[in-house]
Amino acid sequence: MALEHWNAAGFAEASTSDQLVVVDFWADWCGPCRMLGPTVEELAERYDGKARVGKVNVDADPELARHFGIMSIPTVVFLKGGKEIARKVGVMPAAVYDGLVRENL
Amino acid sequence: MTYDILIVGGGPAGLSAAVNGRARGKSVLLLSSPMADNPLWKAERVENYLGLPGVTGPELLGAFRRHAKASGAEIRELRALSAMPVGETWYLSGEEHVFEGRSLVLAAGAVRGKALPGEERLLGRGVSYCATCDGMLYRGRDVVVLGWTESAEREADFLRRIGCAVRFHDRPQGVEILGEDAVTGVRVNGREEKADAVFLLRPAVAPTALLPGLAVENGAVTVDRNMATNLPGVFAAGDCTGGPYQAAKAAGEGLIAGQSAAKWADRTNQ
Repeated sequence: MALEHWNAAGFAEASTSDQLVVVDFWADWCGPCRMLGPTVEELAERYDGKARVGKVNVDADPELARHFGIMSIPTVVFLKGGKEIARKVGVMPAAVYDGLVRENL
Repeated sequence: MTYDILIVGGGPAGLSAAVNGRARGKSVLLLSSPMADNPLWKAERVENYLGLPGVTGPELLGAFRRHAKASGAEIRELRALSAMPVGETWYLSGEEHVFEGRSLVLAAGAVRGKALPGEERLLGRGVSYCATCDGMLYRGRDVVVLGWTESAEREADFLRRIGCAVRFHDRPQGVEILGEDAVTGVRVNGREEKADAVFLLRPAVAPTALLPGLAVENGAVTVDRNMATNLPGVFAAGDCTGGPYQAAKAAGEGLIAGQSAAKWADRTNQ
């Protein structure tokens, strides 16, 4: 599965996955978020079938953002077995996200 | 479009880089804060700019900006937020916009003073540098805006318009940011105020906040004789590379950075 776009229900389903789950919290009025977009898409393609990579729009799903205590975007959260194992706030070099995925597959 | 050269900073270094990039026929986009936020704007007299003794800061800065505009550089008043490479292209975000370029010149000035107590610990946990990015997350909640720029009040108004309960402090002193895992308030001049978020709006942004992975030493960007940083295609000039904090030094470094960036753009544009 390539890049997914999750609403609350979609995310609830994805988070039960045994695979690593990567969630990018973003909004279209946020320049840095849009800048990070291609990097997240690339992760989704590179780890297709090994990890589930998706985006949550904080405007469309504010309660999901609140649930995760998102206070600044972009924030990328990494989950395994439904539990948060890491998060990165702000725009980081692509290798940072890639490294976290590889370590946690 | 993909610009040949993206420049962050509208002071002598950035504007000089723009003029010299244009002189080599390169497309140039420069992001700047309003001129009144530039430290040179506050200089009543500049005595050591060669050939122009006694010129005022605003005169000098205005002439620099007119020159850069006349050279064909595109200048936009936007707060640069972050940059990242994707392949050979540099992406630069300015507020809600994203720009692409073959090379990047950092000329965003020196960050004066230390981080506030609590600032680094609570960054991304209620401390934010970007009203347009994070404001929407705090609709209907208490936010404090601490501004050290001419344009800060405008950003406070933006937050009010989207529905935040805003308290604005112009150039506050004695500030401490409070909270354990997340911001709970601020202390300004000994008075505590409750807040879910604190927006810090300063004239200069730390180069490493703009570009994680950039090599710095004692807060100054590390550069070689070509004004090249440790990151491929990224050059730096002016106060952000260290002192002396003088317009002539900045303009000279900007010239070199503009030429180096032009050369880099040629190399990657084949």
